[in-house]
Amino acid sequence: MTVESTSRDTARSTTTQESTDRPSAGRTRGRTAEGKPTAGKSTSGKPGPTATKSATGKPPARKATAKKATAGKTAAKKSAAKKTSASKASPKKAAPRGTAARTAPAEGPEMVQLLTPEGERVEHPDYPLTISHEELRGLYRDMVLSRRFDAEATALQRQGELGLWPSMLGQEAAQIGSGRALRADDYVFPTYREHGVAWCRGVDPTQLLGMFRGVNHGGWDPNSNNFHLYTIVIGSQTLHAAGYAMGVAKDGGDAAVMAYFGDGASSQGDVAEAFTFAAVYQAPVVFFCQNNQWAISEPTERQTRVPLYQRAQGYGFPGLRVDGNDVLAVLAATRAAAEQTRSGQGPVLIEAFTYRMGAHTTSDDPTRYRRQEELESWEARDPILRLRRHLDREGAADEAFHSALEAESDTLARRVRESIRTMPDPEPMAMFDHIYADGHTLVDEERAEFAGYLASFADHEGN
Amino acid sequence: MTVEKMAFSKAINSALRASLESDPKTLVMGEDVGKLGGVFRITDGLQKDFGEERVIDTPLAESGIVGSAIGLALRGYRPVVEIQFDGFVFPAYDQIVTQLAKMHARALGKVKLPVVIRIPYGGGIGAVEHHSESPEALFTHVAGLKVVTPSTPSDGYWMLRQAIECDDPVIFLEPKGRYWEKGEVDAEGIPDGLHSARVARAGTDLTVAAYGPTVRTALQAAKAAEEEGRSLEVVDLRSLSPIDFDTVQRSVERTGRLVVTHEAPVFQGVGAEVAARITERCFYHLEAPVLRVGGFHAPYPPARLEEEYLPGLDRLLDGVDRALAY
Ligand SMILES: Cc1ncc(C[n+]2csc(CCOP(=O)(O)OP(=O)(O)O)c2C)c(N)n1
Ligand SMILES: [Mg+2]
Repeated sequence: MTVESTSRDTARSTTTQESTDRPSAGRTRGRTAEGKPTAGKSTSGKPGPTATKSATGKPPARKATAKKATAGKTAAKKSAAKKTSASKASPKKAAPRGTAARTAPAEGPEMVQLLTPEGERVEHPDYPLTISHEELRGLYRDMVLSRRFDAEATALQRQGELGLWPSMLGQEAAQIGSGRALRADDYVFPTYREHGVAWCRGVDPTQLLGMFRGVNHGGWDPNSNNFHLYTIVIGSQTLHAAGYAMGVAKDGGDAAVMAYFGDGASSQGDVAEAFTFAAVYQAPVVFFCQNNQWAISEPTERQTRVPLYQRAQGYGFPGLRVDGNDVLAVLAATRAAAEQTRSGQGPVLIEAFTYRMGAHTTSDDPTRYRRQEELESWEARDPILRLRRHLDREGAADEAFHSALEAESDTLARRVRESIRTMPDPEPMAMFDHIYADGHTLVDEERAEFAGYLASFADHEGN
Repeated sequence: MTVEKMAFSKAINSALRASLESDPKTLVMGEDVGKLGGVFRITDGLQKDFGEERVIDTPLAESGIVGSAIGLALRGYRPVVEIQFDGFVFPAYDQIVTQLAKMHARALGKVKLPVVIRIPYGGGIGAVEHHSESPEALFTHVAGLKVVTPSTPSDGYWMLRQAIECDDPVIFLEPKGRYWEKGEVDAEGIPDGLHSARVARAGTDLTVAAYGPTVRTALQAAKAAEEEGRSLEVVDLRSLSPIDFDTVQRSVERTGRLVVTHEAPVFQGVGAEVAARITERCFYHLEAPVLRVGGFHAPYPPARLEEEYLPGLDRLLDGVDRALAY
């Protein structure tokens, strides 16, 4: 996580100053250059062996979810209806006992899917979806552009323009499908990887780069797109989403609140507490877990013995698993969940079963803990490829569309590169800004002292 | 000879290895400590050699990690817990403060809590939020915890071994910005006490008390000052709870001046405590008020401002100048 050391130290750079008003003169200032370690630098480059685990571990049917049958036309109802058979049939099978598949899953009825990996449209009884060619092209465009942005950011990190980048490669369908299911007045609480969701919310992608370049800690106004700041502390934001949703309910509003989190985050106490609060207050929040199979080096079975969507059942709200590499399934399932939660039926948990195709971040070396075959098996399920196959089958997009999109993608990449190179570093005094809304005398004092300190160098250096 | 030159990170790894070897009750626990060897590779190779039962990849839950380490300690184990970064210890703060720190006293000494919590801390690595903080004062303020922080590979090795052998909970703060620095480690030498301070450089005009990442800065300052004919003594505190005030006192009685430096905010920080105690003990020896050079009452800033925020060489020398000007 190392930002290229910057050489912006002008006033204080290695000039020996003869000081008049300072007691100890004639030393070299600016000698602050220090060796910088890189978090996660591999010391031994050799790839770690990853045990091949047995390839079944199929989760039991989704039906075992909602104990609380609510009147909706959506997941909750269907789940509840079939509760008995599933909950009788599957408790034994429910625990994968650490043998969950470490390759991409075979399709099964337990996972909502509307598009096969080959791009063939299939129907799901609970999630009917009619979608125009134009809408399909729109989703495809979103996925292609957000992937291009993500790739550009990774490249910029390699070039030293960013300190770190957490790629969302492979999670485009989960993010675009869910992001496009939302209304403008819905509110999103992301992790640090929701670049595709940010895209859907209309956040300018270049704004996402500031915190990874090290010029700010967030930098966008959460309320201008109803897209909260990225949260790095794992799981925290799910509670904020629950609280925000409680507020929506108190106001009599009908917005839905989205809480994004990861498979690793599902272990955090905050997430358990968010489930409890949302359930107890029937808050309109959709918990959207992107199970990308890994939390840095730890596979999902290090976090749970049951499929994650089944966690909801114990809290009294419905949960379902959706094929997270199928943008149509994610769109349909998220729309249904959002509708359900806005109508006052409480929270819903969606587990989007997907895959982190890249490293955890640019500091990570996944060859130490996972196998190439696993990655390859998921590449065959690439979410963009899948929609492309569907477009081709349907004849929904012509060559002109694709070449225009390619040009648009290049333009976006260029704009991102240009914006990063012109992104200004913050002024030193900015670190005292916005610490308190109502001010604080100590901050005022330290700000003044530090300004005096900086000025003392300027005084020496030629004024 | 057993003296070996190694990086700080390797010294920590060697200490863990030695403790795992010498006591079957020692456990290493944390996020990604197994196959990956931790995000800093501190635990590299340990799971391979000691197995998943002793080098444990935990679920992603810090409260769970520390809370379960408490239970394991009650059962007779000696868990050495890794928190991935300073900013991520807070989900565990409740367990540390309300349980770990107090349990020995509540049980009237009948149970012991030999839990070590290793936390890479401090800044200067160009990281994003929550990866560069210095939370030591949040632990030193709590009775029942011991808090130590090595600044050299040798101390890294020995202090960790001693911390693991200690029957009290120890917060073990590792200056991550120094992980790749090399130094000699004598694994058969006789270590300093876990809680004693060390004069890292002798001098006569002013004492700089530092710890963890700022020790190197203090030594650089002493070198720079020497070129100007000023002789600085550098004391590496090493232990922050308890603090070896005797060593600092002896130094200040000779030099008459003290500057304390740390990356953490100075407001209510370790430096404030050192200033107060040394002022009490050395009032008639002091030629100047004890000054502190450290972080501001501001959130740790974005990476591009961290050199401004951190007490680097310039700011430390400025503090030295001010103390000498009295
Ligand atoms: C409280 C906390 N502990 C540890 C970390 C370090 N960390 C950053 S990301 C990560 C893994 C997260 O995994 P997951 O929730 O599955 O999300 P993903 O990165 O896969 O999107 C960890 C352990 C953190 N950011 N916050
Ligand atoms: Mg994950």
